Amino acid sequence: MSTSSVAVPAPTRSRTTSRLALGQKLLTANALLVFAFFYTPILVLIIFSFNAGRSGTIWEGFSLRWYAELANDPAILSAFTNTIIVAFVTTLLSTAIGTMISLAMERHQFPFKLPLDAVLYMPIIIPEIVIALATLLFFIIVFNMVKNLFGITWGLGLPTIIIAHVAFTISFVATIVRARLVDMDPNMEQAARDLYADEWQTFRRVTFPLLMPAIISGALMGFTLSLDDFLITFFVSGPGSTTLPVLVYSKVKFGVTPDLNALATLLLVFSIGLVLLAQFLQRRD
Amino acid sequence: MSTIDVELANVTKRFGDFVAVNQVSLEIKDGEFFSLLGPSGCGKTTCLRMIAGFELPSEGDVLIRGKPMGETPPYKRPVNTVFQNYALFPHMSVAENVSFGLEMQKVPRPEINSRVKEALEMVRLPQLAERKPRQLSGGQQQRIALARALVNRPQVLLLDEPLSALDLKLRKAMQLELKELQHQVGITFIFVTHDQEEAITMSDRIAVMNEGVVQQVGTPIEIYERPRNRFVADFIGETNFMEGRVLEVDPVKTTVALDAGVHVLARAAEGLSAGQTITVAVRPEKISLHETPSDQGISVPAIVEEAVYIGTDTRYRARIGGKQDVVARVQNVGGIMDGGAHPFQRGDHVYLSWPTDSAMVLTS
Amino acid sequence: MQASGRQSKGILPILLTPGVFWLTVFFVIPLLIVLVVSFSKRSLLGVVELEFNLNNYARLFNPDSPYLFIFLRSLGLAAVNTVLCLLLAYPFAFYIARQTPQRQKMLIFLVMVPFWTNFLIRTYALMFIIRDTGLINTWLVNLGIISEPIQILFTPTAIRLGMLYGYLPFAVLPLYASIEQLDFNYVQAAQDLGADGLRVFLRVILPLTMPGVVAASIITFIPALGDFITPDLMGGGNTFLIGNVLQQQFLTVRDWPFGSAMGIGLMTLVLGATMIYFRSGASRSA
Repeated sequence: MSTSSVAVPAPTRSRTTSRLALGQKLLTANALLVFAFFYTPILVLIIFSFNAGRSGTIWEGFSLRWYAELANDPAILSAFTNTIIVAFVTTLLSTAIGTMISLAMERHQFPFKLPLDAVLYMPIIIPEIVIALATLLFFIIVFNMVKNLFGITWGLGLPTIIIAHVAFTISFVATIVRARLVDMDPNMEQAARDLYADEWQTFRRVTFPLLMPAIISGALMGFTLSLDDFLITFFVSGPGSTTLPVLVYSKVKFGVTPDLNALATLLLVFSIGLVLLAQFLQRRD
Repeated sequence: MSTIDVELANVTKRFGDFVAVNQVSLEIKDGEFFSLLGPSGCGKTTCLRMIAGFELPSEGDVLIRGKPMGETPPYKRPVNTVFQNYALFPHMSVAENVSFGLEMQKVPRPEINSRVKEALEMVRLPQLAERKPRQLSGGQQQRIALARALVNRPQVLLLDEPLSALDLKLRKAMQLELKELQHQVGITFIFVTHDQEEAITMSDRIAVMNEGVVQQVGTPIEIYERPRNRFVADFIGETNFMEGRVLEVDPVKTTVALDAGVHVLARAAEGLSAGQTITVAVRPEKISLHETPSDQGISVPAIVEEAVYIGTDTRYRARIGGKQDVVARVQNVGGIMDGGAHPFQRGDHVYLSWPTDSAMVLTS
Repeated sequence: MQASGRQSKGILPILLTPGVFWLTVFFVIPLLIVLVVSFSKRSLLGVVELEFNLNNYARLFNPDSPYLFIFLRSLGLAAVNTVLCLLLAYPFAFYIARQTPQRQKMLIFLVMVPFWTNFLIRTYALMFIIRDTGLINTWLVNLGIISEPIQILFTPTAIRLGMLYGYLPFAVLPLYASIEQLDFNYVQAAQDLGADGLRVFLRVILPLTMPGVVAASIITFIPALGDFITPDLMGGGNTFLIGNVLQQQFLTVRDWPFGSAMGIGLMTLVLGATMIYFRSGASRSA
């Protein structure tokens, strides 16, 4: 066991700390870059929606004319109405169904639980375009059969959109509600039953109130998904049942117009509002 | 002749192939403070849950006041439970929590109000009625959970390790309070704990469990002084175990030849035969150390290996025959610094002795 | 953990029926229909002719047809995009995780906003500034860097940019969740044992945050594979990916059988990718 006569110098403090500082600077620079990347297009869009002129580059003064044009455009108003109707009905149905199925999965036993679990995850994993084309094909075939058997002609419209929206939002609602059911202290429900509450009373007085934040979260998520949905709606909507996202798409394909900026800004602000609402509600949990 | 309030009749509970409770039969008397004591996983909580009705026995049955419970759900049983983590409903106030059971039983509102008031006064927290559970301290939550259960005037109160979340000082205080409360209310308390000191302090009788089987049922004194087997002797308090063979059996004592080479005396026991391999169990506080052999009973020569001063006692570890370690606790009666009891030191040759009746013979 | 199985069985059918019905009829059956139709023939009168054949798949895998190439190109694009997203999102998530809790909440909220807003709108916002008369070109010309606007929009580059822009927010959240719960004691222990920055990252931080990396990869890769909006809007109908072809086949050409075969092809890719990721992620985090 010999000691070396030449001491190996430890790395100098300044070198390690300056490397750390460099690392920190790079991280911060990266973060700023990413934020800029995220927000520049959005901010530009919002700013130019208030542009008095038509240009997307030259600022000609503040104006609300494009918003006024939106309010007077019948196509936009009708799309807006459709979108809201679809979103509300979808939210109602998918929240109810999603909550019920969550309760079944997390509070009961039955043989086909595992396959049902898989089916519940599928809408989250499968690409939206596959869901869109499958649903379209389904409706086409069903309409064809109905026509051949009963002579009634059904077509694509708001009902088909709602049906498709509910089909894929159930899973998202269920994911949120199930997570809460799993987390919930099982002693709560047992305590209620210990205190003479039967199954229905336990649910009504204990489980349901404790589940409410998750149900609302799920409802918000369902609402947002339905509101924002483009692809599936695009495939299964018919003439006269255009929604806002589909309208935006056709306008974009047609060409950049200033009222499109205003529309986009409104939709953005609305989405941000929903996120704020969701955050606020979560804080009260 | 007191009646039997709760009975477990040959109850077995299986979860898949895991046997949590194995043919347990218990009779708990009316008005008793009865504890189920054992290490985690011994089945004590499962037994409690079967009495409450949250689990159903795989075999056997639970009887309350002589009535078989069968598949009766919890909300139809005359028992109430205090949960380990209290399970107070976070979205209801304290008063609403306490009145919950009464509401479910459709008690008229005026009566609910007066009984809730009574219950809160019983646990001395009437001022917290409008608070929410998360605004209460651990000790307060515990008392509210008690009130919520007791307000329903159940025949039996089940408590699932209710004090385990409290800090030491609070726990000791609550132990006394619970005991007081039980005397006041007069109903049967069935108490689950893994803390043997707690069980001994509070209980009228204790059932010691391990691996789903009841090891012994008895009063705290019986459990402590006359453990029936090695597990109970080891789990409760501290015990010295000395292996050996029976030499001689007579009505008042048993003579044992220890593997360590010396002969010792132990309490008389039934069913022993000469030559049988047994274990002698003696608690440390029963053993005294002497400089010279005493003329009463048997003095066992030993060498002190370790002497630790613990304030109230001195704790010695001594070795018999070079093989068998024995722990003894000697109270520091006289002040050591005032020339009182002379503490032995490492390397001293001493003689150990104990009262014959304090040494148990264990066959298992 | 479920409450002990002592629930009344009566309510279970009520709870299950709506969901099971809806999902089966409007989700599972449509997918099955796609599968069946992919093996059928195009019909001029009705919907399809149910004559079992593999023509559609043959057409798909035919090396001479453009479709195989389109699949590979989509795969490649999605893969590259995922890597780019991870490279940008990881340090970003790391930075956020190192801030004070209040700042973290604020920053995460700022990240959530693009995540929750309409994908279509965000893509349009990007279009708005990269088009020929858009902000970027105008600035570049004004600053004298270029003499006339360069074509960014409607090129393959625009698609790549659009994909990065669209999916980057998706990658940040899972990574953040994973990094945020990393116990920095591990880092300090490694440093105490002599590991420098890079080694600490490669041997300690990265492996421990691997679940987040896997989740982020899946959440960026799979949607990118089937993306229709980005190549359609950003590519201007010049570059075709799976998404475009599917839209074309179903809405324009109306060749249901062939479109279905493509759809099944995409599904298979997605399921395959999911399995690969889960296996590699699971073994690494073990």
